Amino acid sequence: MVNEQDIYQALAAVSDPEVPVLSILDLGIVRQVSINENEVVITITPTYSGCPAMDVIATNIRMVLLSKGIKSIRIENQLSPAWTTDWMSFEGKKKLADYGIAPPTRKAKQSLGLFEEDMVPCPKCGSHNTEMTSAFGATACKSLYRCKSCLEPFEHFKCH
Amino acid sequence: MATDPKDNTTLQLLHFTLQMADNALINGHRLSEWCGHGPVLEQDIALSNIALDHIGQARSLYQYAASICNGINSENRQHLFASTSLNQKISKGEMIDEDDLAYLRDAWDFRNVLLVEQPNTDWAFTVARSFYFDSFNFLFLSVLQNSSDSTIAAIAEKSLKEVNYHLRWSSEWIIRLGDGTTESHQRIQDALNDRWCFTGELFQATDADVAMNAQGVGVDISMIKQQWLEQIQSVLNEATLSLPTGVWMQEGGKQTRHSEHLGYLLAEMQFMQRAYPHMQW
Repeated sequence: MVNEQDIYQALAAVSDPEVPVLSILDLGIVRQVSINENEVVITITPTYSGCPAMDVIATNIRMVLLSKGIKSIRIENQLSPAWTTDWMSFEGKKKLADYGIAPPTRKAKQSLGLFEEDMVPCPKCGSHNTEMTSAFGATACKSLYRCKSCLEPFEHFKCH
Repeated sequence: MATDPKDNTTLQLLHFTLQMADNALINGHRLSEWCGHGPVLEQDIALSNIALDHIGQARSLYQYAASICNGINSENRQHLFASTSLNQKISKGEMIDEDDLAYLRDAWDFRNVLLVEQPNTDWAFTVARSFYFDSFNFLFLSVLQNSSDSTIAAIAEKSLKEVNYHLRWSSEWIIRLGDGTTESHQRIQDALNDRWCFTGELFQATDADVAMNAQGVGVDISMIKQQWLEQIQSVLNEATLSLPTGVWMQEGGKQTRHSEHLGYLLAEMQFMQRAYPHMQW
């Protein structure tokens, strides 16, 4: 019989297909794991409404649990409370920075004014002399920045 | 159709949900037409991101609308729509899903505002349309996240975080174009003036708006009009642009009467599913 800990251990192996250094546990999208008499229910929450990775993640969760011999799996989608980068683990933020993506710098609860921008240190040289080039990047969760010290462009995982 | 007040409430909830879902889908589809055609790469990506947010929100809303449809008794379900393809499926007793609502309804079953179906035309017209709609959507969802309907509230709460980025994007472009060159100033002012006549409908309450507001599910849209005007005005001031003065307003989309543009949009968007039903890729 599997226990919750086994399941979490298995889920740690499921990565975000868009940002493969992060597991879905690092991202904070697994909201609940419950083991019923005849099935395992995994409740996940989408990062962004239109994130195409969510379907892939759901499939990968099934695959990894099947490989542990768990056959009866239900994946529930929960929208509220809405996902926030505040749920990202400390390790997750460190992995992002090591990967070259600047992690979220503040609590998303403290929202910015309409035209305010985040000050994001460059993940390559550490300089604070950076500027945003676009709020939208290759995936919904990232924005584009440029370092004015080392002149390298970089991505920032938005505080959301 | 339904005379039972409970059924009538269900019907109004369906219409209310479809109004929002159709706004999101049609707006998202229009913006997605820029994909691969943006003036610079960053803006191409920005619009594709925003389009994806809208389509994602539309999915959540259509899933909910489909569950409402499927919960209506089979006799009343036959009369919900005036679209042959969808009705064929319903009359067979089949359950419908989000894709059926997006791909098998004809223009006369869509409840989006006329504003979002207007063509992209050029960059200024696209920015003007988004600016009017995003400003409305932000205020609307801010109230809607307290809806007494937990599904609607959850979708609104989630969407609002995304719409925050949309509003920032369109407001920044209004300022950049308005406070830019003589030509960019003139062209964004012309676009704002031209699309202005489609903004009145945003604040016109349909039967569904009235019924859902009375239930605590919806929003009293007349209450957010003043805030909307103030928000628009403050951005226009910064952009050195003027608030359009036209008083005549075009309406009909929320009552399923559309401009000719929607038909062309649907013809392109729905073609594959109509020609090859259930096709996947």
